[in-house]
Amino acid sequence: MRVIDTKEIADKVYEMALEACVSLTPDCKAALNKAVENERDGAAKFALETLIENCRTAENDKLPVCQDTGMAVVLLEIGQDIQLTGAPLDDAINGAVRAAYSDGYFRKSVCDPITRKNTGDNTPAVIHTHICGGEQISLTFLPKGFGSENMSAMYMLKPAQGVDGIIDAIVQTVANAGSRPCPPVYVGVGIGGTFDTCAFLAKKALAREVGSHSDREDIAEIERIALERINALDIGCQGFHGNTTAIGVSCEWAYTHIAGLPVAVNIQCHCVRCRRAVI
Amino acid sequence: MIKLTLPIDKQQVEKLRAGDSVLVSGTIYTARDCAHKRLVEMLCRGEELPFEIKDAFIYYAGPCPAKPGYASGSCGPTTSARMDVYAPVLLDAGLGGMIGKGEMCEDVRQALMRNNCVYFAAIGGAGALYGKAIKSSELVAFPELLSEAVRRLEVIDFPAVVAMDSKGNSIY
Repeated sequence: MRVIDTKEIADKVYEMALEACVSLTPDCKAALNKAVENERDGAAKFALETLIENCRTAENDKLPVCQDTGMAVVLLEIGQDIQLTGAPLDDAINGAVRAAYSDGYFRKSVCDPITRKNTGDNTPAVIHTHICGGEQISLTFLPKGFGSENMSAMYMLKPAQGVDGIIDAIVQTVANAGSRPCPPVYVGVGIGGTFDTCAFLAKKALAREVGSHSDREDIAEIERIALERINALDIGCQGFHGNTTAIGVSCEWAYTHIAGLPVAVNIQCHCVRCRRAVI
Repeated sequence: MIKLTLPIDKQQVEKLRAGDSVLVSGTIYTARDCAHKRLVEMLCRGEELPFEIKDAFIYYAGPCPAKPGYASGSCGPTTSARMDVYAPVLLDAGLGGMIGKGEMCEDVRQALMRNNCVYFAAIGGAGALYGKAIKSSELVAFPELLSEAVRRLEVIDFPAVVAMDSKGNSIY
């Protein structure tokens, strides 16, 4: 039995949040560099060049890459041979988010859904905790902006719609989003499960590296075909038309019911800022 | 690249075409969802707005807090489509134009043509660059809205693209 104080988790979350909001992931930067090379002269190329320059400025000045530093999504996989001590886990994580968003001069974007009153400190974070085997904790910090989150969609397809229906749902969601979610987008897809697990899987897919593929060949094929069809939509960077509307499609799956085929499509803008750590 | 200093006169607006790349300098006002709701409610009640709307430009944005030594925190555009319902009302009240990101609806296109105005798209996600192009930031109204408050910004060389022009053309 390994004993871990939740302060250790909080310290790690604090560190990840400070780093995530001011720098894109290496895989995302590589995807943007590739996109600019694949673009002809025009507004989309200008926009991509501006984004790459912005990324450099953000890193040099330690400024948020995007002012929407998002809701703080924290994914935890906790080994069951661990005993947690100290403050309750959620309180510790919220404390870390509160401190990071204050110390980093990040925007506080969390509010009551009805009164719209801002909580003022970007808490509560969205915390997903899963128990697994072992005595390690895998942590993912994903600041999630809402320009893209707003363009996400959930479909309860009929089993008869099959793989074609899944791909159509993914492509149609990106087409409907158009210029609004800050394309080029990163598309996280959940396939199967129940309504709730499907949406979670879509978020979990966004925690994967841009350009990675499912280890299931049939699902990797869905990722490839969907990406190809999305990039044929000619939405382009910022909706200015062009060859790169998405930098990646990642699908995660779960077993589902004989009567259903849930598909959740979670849109992430080109600001992929996900950070991962293991304690 | 066309350099523009706000406010721009209507003759200049008429020459701008969807797709033109521009660098915008001058005074702009931030406002997004909550501030727009309030501004339009004030107009409906016949109240005076917290800033002179005639020929003003609204920037759909909510900045990060400014770090010490900076006039503003990161401040890129937010999705303009959420302001679709408000923009025609403000354009008819004299607003000169908007800066945001992404497509806006047919009612906005009509209002831009009707009032000879222009909608610029800034580059969504380039928050750090836009923040550094802001030379001063002053709170104008609704401080309780925090990042959503109305701020008067002085900006230099904001990169943008003409998204919808006064003739009804759109880049999207």
